[in-house]
Amino acid sequence: MKLLTCPMNGPRNIDEFQSFGPVRARPDPNATADRDWSRHLFRAENRKGVVVEWWRHVPSNYFFLAERDLVSNEILRTFDASELRDRA
Amino acid sequence: MPLRLLKYGLSRDYPVSGDIPATPELKPAYDVVIIGGGGHGLSCAHHLAKYHGIKSVAVLEKGYLAGGNTARNTTTIRSNYITPEGIAFYKEGVELFERLSQELDFNVMFSQRGQLTLAHTEATMRSFHLRAEMGKHMGTRTEVVDQKGVEELCPLLNMDYGGPLEILGGLWHADGGTARHDAVAWGYAAQASRRGVEIHQRTEVQGFEVVGDRVQAVNTNRGRVACGQVLIATGGMNYDVALMAGVELPIRCYPLQAMVTQPLKPWLNTLVSSVSLHTYLVQSSRGEVVIGGGSDPYQLYSTRSTLDMKEHLAEGAVHLFPFLQGVRLLRQWAGITDMTPDYSPIMGASPLANLWLDCGWGTWGFKATPVAGKRMAQTIADGRVPDILKPFALERFETFQLLNEMGATAASH
Ligand SMILES: Cc1cc2nc3c(=O)[nH]c(=O)nc-3n(C[C@H](O)[C@H](O)[C@H](O)COP(=O)(O)OP(=O)(O)OC[C@H]3O[C@@H](n4cnc5c(N)ncnc54)[C@H](O)[C@@H]3O)c2cc1C
Repeated sequence: MKLLTCPMNGPRNIDEFQSFGPVRARPDPNATADRDWSRHLFRAENRKGVVVEWWRHVPSNYFFLAERDLVSNEILRTFDASELRDRA
Repeated sequence: MPLRLLKYGLSRDYPVSGDIPATPELKPAYDVVIIGGGGHGLSCAHHLAKYHGIKSVAVLEKGYLAGGNTARNTTTIRSNYITPEGIAFYKEGVELFERLSQELDFNVMFSQRGQLTLAHTEATMRSFHLRAEMGKHMGTRTEVVDQKGVEELCPLLNMDYGGPLEILGGLWHADGGTARHDAVAWGYAAQASRRGVEIHQRTEVQGFEVVGDRVQAVNTNRGRVACGQVLIATGGMNYDVALMAGVELPIRCYPLQAMVTQPLKPWLNTLVSSVSLHTYLVQSSRGEVVIGGGSDPYQLYSTRSTLDMKEHLAEGAVHLFPFLQGVRLLRQWAGITDMTPDYSPIMGASPLANLWLDCGWGTWGFKATPVAGKRMAQTIADGRVPDILKPFALERFETFQLLNEMGATAASH
């Protein structure tokens, strides 16, 4: 069983979580060409290395972020979404 | 073929013929460099040499021949997709499989026993009607069957009458079948090398030399190779390899797992797949029941297996055929699949003039091994993308002309 440590619920079976994929910056709807919209919609981070991605703890419907290595599958860190907002 | 077989049978010493030559020295340049020695790369090499007379071809394979997803797939071959462009392409693929053993003079054990996809909800039945009408329109054998039809095709199925997963009907695809995956790759490799194609195993492409809009050369662990044309056909590594050439593909990598049971007497005649249970089964010619399903739930570059996924597949299989409950698993494995947003492949041109793509084959590309190789060889030889491949262009994402095959792919491959 692989564990994921939820910032709210602590370590749980990764089966209880749903992945929502890598974080992507939201384009400015008034100043974005079609080409860049297509990038935003269809190209997600897939480089070998660490990604920051959205996860949801399904039973509690809590969304948070995780840093995970796409090759080793090691989860380096999980944190609340407010941290991303504060950073921006 | 029959004459050769007769001669072989009558010979005293049963001569062994080495089908695939040992890796030769790498030359400084080739007209065509194919990156990836899986089924797709080898099929393209065969078609280049046999039908276009292009023999200065090197297939560069970082591991052993066809050890990627070609070795790992569950061999479903079918054309019951939903878009006209998709059906036209996969239909040609099935037709090439029908003659493949003759084409390659190598028994690929193509077994066209039909695929039955099950519906447990009315919504699925509606989507089957659409797929059946599209399939008929495009000239494939695809039809909707009712409960009685399902029982006739597969009498041992648990219909779950009155239960939550009652089987309401199915999509019957008489053109569907399986083939021996390794034989397909070896057959192409043998034919290609007989015509002068060089197959370089343990030769990994580690970088591209790009000048202007052309690839001058690729750099490998065995040295630099200059190239006229280059094809990327590296399966699960397509995103990674294209990125080395500066091309970012709309691909995300997910593991896909499968497993087989111990061998049993023949009892399952068709391919069976359930959309709601995300499980499909087929009995191999050795009697093993091959069980596969949906992709892993999150992105990963790994071929590890998980107990969760195996339990999920076993649950689906036992629900459909309860008598499987005491049967043991023999093997389990996974491959890295290169998933596109619309569950259709990316074939044709890249932003670089002499770099061609045969990518984004995700969980469904084995069935396209012959047709993708044939059409990519034509593309490379003519320097022009044929009409049948145009809908699969990389640009479709920029123009929002997606080819959505998700519903017709996710559970059945
Ligand atoms: C479990 C599983 C079940 C599947 N079931 C089905 C099915 O039932 N039906 C179906 O149609 N499809 C199925 N698929 C998908 C199918 O296997 C693939 O789409 C198909 O085999 C792709 O063939 P390929 O030749 O493009 O890639 P591969 O066979 O993966 O070959 C690519 C090759 O490129 C090599 N390579 C990678 N990087 C480099 C590099 N840098 N330099 C040199 N070489 C490199 C790899 O070693 C590999 O041998 C399944 C896949 C999996 C994993």
